[in-house]
Amino acid sequence: MKIMSGWSLIRIATILVYLFLFAPVAVVILLAFNANQFGGFPIEGFSLRWFDALWNNDAIVRAFKTSLLLGLLTSAVSTTLGTLAALAMVRYDFPGKRTISTLLVAPILIPEVVLAVALLLFLQFLSMPKSFGLLLMGHVVFTLPFVVLVVQARLVSIRRDVEEAAMSLGATPIQTFFEITLPLMLPAVMAGMLFSFTISFDDITGTLFWKPGGVETVPTQIFAMLRNSISPEINALGAVMVIFTIALPLVAASVSRVLSMRKIRASNRTNNRANNSSEQTA
Amino acid sequence: MAADIAGERRAPWVLLSPSLATVGLLLIIPMLFIVVYSFWLRTATGADQVGFYLDNWIEVLGDRFYRDILFQTFAIAFYTTVICAFVGYIPAYFVANTPMKSKAFLLLMLMLPFWISYIIRTMSWINILGTSGALNTLFLSIGIIDEPIQMLYNQTTVVLGLVHYLLPFMILNVYVSLDGIDKNLTEAAQSLGCTGWQAFREVTLPLSMPGLAAGSLLCFVLAAGTYITPIVLGGPRDAMFANLVFEAIVTQLNWPLGSALSLVLLALLGVLVVIYTRYLGVDQIAKSFK
Repeated sequence: MKIMSGWSLIRIATILVYLFLFAPVAVVILLAFNANQFGGFPIEGFSLRWFDALWNNDAIVRAFKTSLLLGLLTSAVSTTLGTLAALAMVRYDFPGKRTISTLLVAPILIPEVVLAVALLLFLQFLSMPKSFGLLLMGHVVFTLPFVVLVVQARLVSIRRDVEEAAMSLGATPIQTFFEITLPLMLPAVMAGMLFSFTISFDDITGTLFWKPGGVETVPTQIFAMLRNSISPEINALGAVMVIFTIALPLVAASVSRVLSMRKIRASNRTNNRANNSSEQTA
Repeated sequence: MAADIAGERRAPWVLLSPSLATVGLLLIIPMLFIVVYSFWLRTATGADQVGFYLDNWIEVLGDRFYRDILFQTFAIAFYTTVICAFVGYIPAYFVANTPMKSKAFLLLMLMLPFWISYIIRTMSWINILGTSGALNTLFLSIGIIDEPIQMLYNQTTVVLGLVHYLLPFMILNVYVSLDGIDKNLTEAAQSLGCTGWQAFREVTLPLSMPGLAAGSLLCFVLAAGTYITPIVLGGPRDAMFANLVFEAIVTQLNWPLGSALSLVLLALLGVLVVIYTRYLGVDQIAKSFK
């Protein structure tokens, strides 16, 4: 009896912690639909006017485009580099592996402010001004370790013998990579892309150091708007961001699940057919 | 055959070279550069005077102002970490010991905050605690207060914002180590006469220490390096060390001084990371990505 009550206390505490994590964000979304013109309570009815205002705010639309472009480029570069590195780490044994591994995760261990300062000052010293390119470089360095870790964790489960089977059946290493390894790696690569995109899309600490004057991403735009006062537009923008960053991973997850299900079903079908034909020949 | 072996030996380096070049050129060399840079001087004309001057370091290490803010930064990071450890342990324990079906859901919910923008999560507290926020509106309507009270813009709200941001890191890290504990161990302890609480204190808690330590390190390092939260949720006197770095670099354009400041932050947090890896290894942190 006593253990039961202890367990239910833990359950209640857990629910409270989850509430603590989500309630403030839920309030942002709630207030985004509030008709009140000052962006706070009380609730004065349902309205979409703030989303309309967002859409017509050039600065916000521009920031959104910048963030999107930056996120996509970062994710493309970072995932390519990170996947190659993860392959090397999982597939090969070589001298100095531990050092390399530490080096690859180093950007996580260094506070982002320090990383931002170092990169900014170094490039300024080389007379390279703040630019979109600097933002991209910064985001790539910053997201790379996450991609390496995420892809590495998922690569471990891909068995080597499938590739060896392909090669022993006459496929060249390059053929094997594109026909066998890459399709098997696809979920890992997609996870890496998603991770780096979201981190880049959300980043503010480094971005504030690196961004050229006049260029804003969505987070820095929100930050700039916050300095005046909290407006209902910020809540609406927050709601859009939340929906964007949560819907994206969920859609990606279900797409990859559907894809892998289809692949399993397809391979089952081929297996069955192979079995049938071998039975017939027998 | 010999060519094959050489190729096999070269392959990992070919795969690694783009990443290593990126980290080397955009992280390692810039880091070394700011070490050198911190000994230069920014003259009144705005040009850098190359040389070996200790002025920046004397200013950073000798000035009371910097020391006070450094102390305040570590205090805020410390409170945040302790609160995260206490508040985060319970849900981690619940998730680790709950039946499989709700576990997947609870874990997914724990991942969600990572996908929600940090600036949104930080500013969301203005909607709760601000003068026209949820709490003030509630208190006014039931008549506890006559006019809105100012709850925001102090050190407590900075810690609150940081806890809200960092709690998922703590919960996940503790969860990972709790989940790896063999359930038979606690059962064995109880069958040998331990009470449930004793079994937890003597078996579960010590075994979950690596996760708790990894989570604490992450929370502390991330909290000590923030400068957005104190600007959004803190008052004018709640500046943290990273705010000084930003001021020096972006506002005052005193880059050598900014280099020295960021190196102080790096060195102090680096000591923590080194102590930690000395005893527990980096692997624990990597575990939570699986």
